[in-house]
Amino acid sequence: MIINLTDTGTGAVQQAMSKARRNVGGASGLVFTLVVVAELSEYDRALAACLEAGREHPSRILLVTNGRARADRLDATVRAGEDAPGEIVSLKFHGALQQHRDSVVLPLLLPDLPVIVWWPGRSPKAPGQDPVGRLGNRRITDAMGDPNPLGALEVRARNYCDGDTDLTWTRLTRWRGLLAAALDAYPMDVTRASVSAAPENAAGTLLAAWLGDRLDVPVTLDRQQPGIGITGVSLGSGDDTITVVRTDGDLAKFSAPGLPQRLVALPRRDLNTLLAEELRRLSDDPIYAEAMSALVRRLDRAAERTQGRNA
Amino acid sequence: MAGPSALVLFGVTGDLARKKLLPAVYDLANRGLLPPGFGLVGFARRDWAAEHFAELVADAVKQHARTEFRDDVWKQLLEGIRFVPGDLADNEAFERLKTTLTDLDESQGTGGNHAFYLSVPPGAFDVAVAQLRRHGLANRPKGSWRRVVIEKPFGHDLASARQLERKLGRAFEPSSIFRIDHYLGKETVQNLLAFRFANTMFEPIWNRTYIDHVQITMAEDIGIEGRAGYYDGIGAARDVIQNHLVQLLALTAMEEPTSFGADNLSAEKRKVLAAARTPSDLDAHTVHGQYGAGWAGGREVPGYLEEQGIPADSRTDTFAAIRVDIDNRRWAGVPFYLRTGKRLPRRVTEVALNLRRAPHLPFNGTDVRALGSNALVLRIQPDEGITLRFGAKVPATPMELRDVNMDFGYDSSFAESSPEAYERLLLDVLLGSEPLFPQPEEVELSWKLLDPVLERWANLGTAPDHYVSGTWGPQSAADMLARDGFSWRRP
Repeated sequence: MIINLTDTGTGAVQQAMSKARRNVGGASGLVFTLVVVAELSEYDRALAACLEAGREHPSRILLVTNGRARADRLDATVRAGEDAPGEIVSLKFHGALQQHRDSVVLPLLLPDLPVIVWWPGRSPKAPGQDPVGRLGNRRITDAMGDPNPLGALEVRARNYCDGDTDLTWTRLTRWRGLLAAALDAYPMDVTRASVSAAPENAAGTLLAAWLGDRLDVPVTLDRQQPGIGITGVSLGSGDDTITVVRTDGDLAKFSAPGLPQRLVALPRRDLNTLLAEELRRLSDDPIYAEAMSALVRRLDRAAERTQGRNA
Repeated sequence: MAGPSALVLFGVTGDLARKKLLPAVYDLANRGLLPPGFGLVGFARRDWAAEHFAELVADAVKQHARTEFRDDVWKQLLEGIRFVPGDLADNEAFERLKTTLTDLDESQGTGGNHAFYLSVPPGAFDVAVAQLRRHGLANRPKGSWRRVVIEKPFGHDLASARQLERKLGRAFEPSSIFRIDHYLGKETVQNLLAFRFANTMFEPIWNRTYIDHVQITMAEDIGIEGRAGYYDGIGAARDVIQNHLVQLLALTAMEEPTSFGADNLSAEKRKVLAAARTPSDLDAHTVHGQYGAGWAGGREVPGYLEEQGIPADSRTDTFAAIRVDIDNRRWAGVPFYLRTGKRLPRRVTEVALNLRRAPHLPFNGTDVRALGSNALVLRIQPDEGITLRFGAKVPATPMELRDVNMDFGYDSSFAESSPEAYERLLLDVLLGSEPLFPQPEEVELSWKLLDPVLERWANLGTAPDHYVSGTWGPQSAADMLARDGFSWRRP
């Protein structure tokens, strides 16, 4: 059931939601409210991701965009029982209302349940200080959705606050799992480490920072290798080396000391899968927080070196 | 079905009459619960003919009635509709009212049974009741009844409440006085009794062993909406806590009544209210607030002091939160938090019982970070129903736990829509059935509970705490719970 409302308020939206719920037989068992803050141009992509996420985690999804009408008004579309088990409410803000989006989002949050705010594209500099971001227990950003991913990741790292995560981190889950398992199976005192990644890839930067922090070694980052996403990692000690090379963004070659080279499926995952994974966890992520602070230290050291050279 | 009777509505031009009372009368007629000879008399300071009044009733019914408009039902109702123009102080008007009622008794067979609904400002109760008495309208001939219905506020403190009782008592017998707290007419409130006393699974946890604290909230998203004259000087605590929230508290906390008869039900409510007290340190455990300008629900709204008709230095509370403790074996040490406010984010009323956390959690600390405590929430409005919150494992994780909600909604479980509270209450007045109306002792006990708080606020000499319209109240309200180690639910 789809209900369209033009020039509306939260009272009318709530009524429309109740009506939709009654008509489709109840959307019981919702687990959280997901607030998606997107730009108009990303609307369709964000909506598709919402529907997908709604399938794994039945939820109330509030899709917040800014519209282009001159008047100060709110337009809303309520969807229930259409494509996803939960409820999806699109909220389009026009005019002065764009400065007060939190006043509309707050009354529409599900009682008591956690609130997750997700920016699929550009995100505010400090999500934890953003009026809408402040309503969330968790804030999810995506540096790769920004035109300048490396810059965006740095901004995230410098403005980290508990409850934040960036999907860059989620993209690393399988890499981290593979590398940690490799070191468990072939323990070594790692003395050298390197990561190679495509030029604009933010995940590579974060992986290098995380490895440097956990292994306490300097990690070199190579942006020259051909390929997409992260293209390889190598950890070494003396003559022994563990390497993972993935040039096609899908199948990786894994080698460890004294073993033949083997293939590991390490596909790049789409946005919907990443979001669904991130939504499994609703508490702060302390490991991510440590990785982000390691990234800040790494960036500061790099800046000092550059300044040293220039001086 | 009610017996032969006539309902006289004073203040029939008001909002309540138009939006609730007149539609409720129609809905009752449509459900076949009014007798054939039912009389409806409007009384107001308007120079209207009976036909004009009937049109007005028809409009109100078409706009606000719950059931569909049917001509045959309307024709039945129309036969008994009368209008008496006049002022409350006008003796002639009351004589005309008397003649009209006598005429109805003869032509419609209303049998001398008259209910007077005083939908007028509390200041006008005195005059109305005195006039009814003076003109012999309160005297019942043998074999018939006379009843009077009043709306909150029942006074503004204990002394004035007692005074009001004395005045009503001079004209009407105690069992003929009906005090309306429309919350008690709501299906969910009645279902609270069914829920507690018809089931076995809840009673064992309904005590201090399992329940950690209770939050009773009534939030409104609107401001005072042009009712400055009524609201200023009254405030949120008198307007809502004294009646609705204290009644909800009593029904939630009381022991099982011997029966649901008025006497037995009231006896249990009185017992628990007599055991209820506010903390001695009122500054730490009560909060009064006042809304400031802001954006609420996407609209820019003025602060309370900028509302029309409000003095710039008004200290009226538009938000109130108080802690109540109940000194008995069942509830010792379990705080009950009552809060109400205007211009909060959404309109909602609920009773939330928060259970204690499990004494031991055999899980990793990180796995239970997102896990709260169990809760049982009785949703009074809107979306009447019950929510049970408990922890469950998140799929595809090793053992990550999270809170989930299990919902029961009246709307989805019962196809028939719930009658409006006023339908039930008006019918009960006509039937003379008292259980859903607060008794005078309950009113007195609730003032005894609230008076010290109101007195303390008045003596503070400071303005109420500020909160921005469209938010969940002042920071001090959050601090008040944080001091006890809790936090407010977002209802």
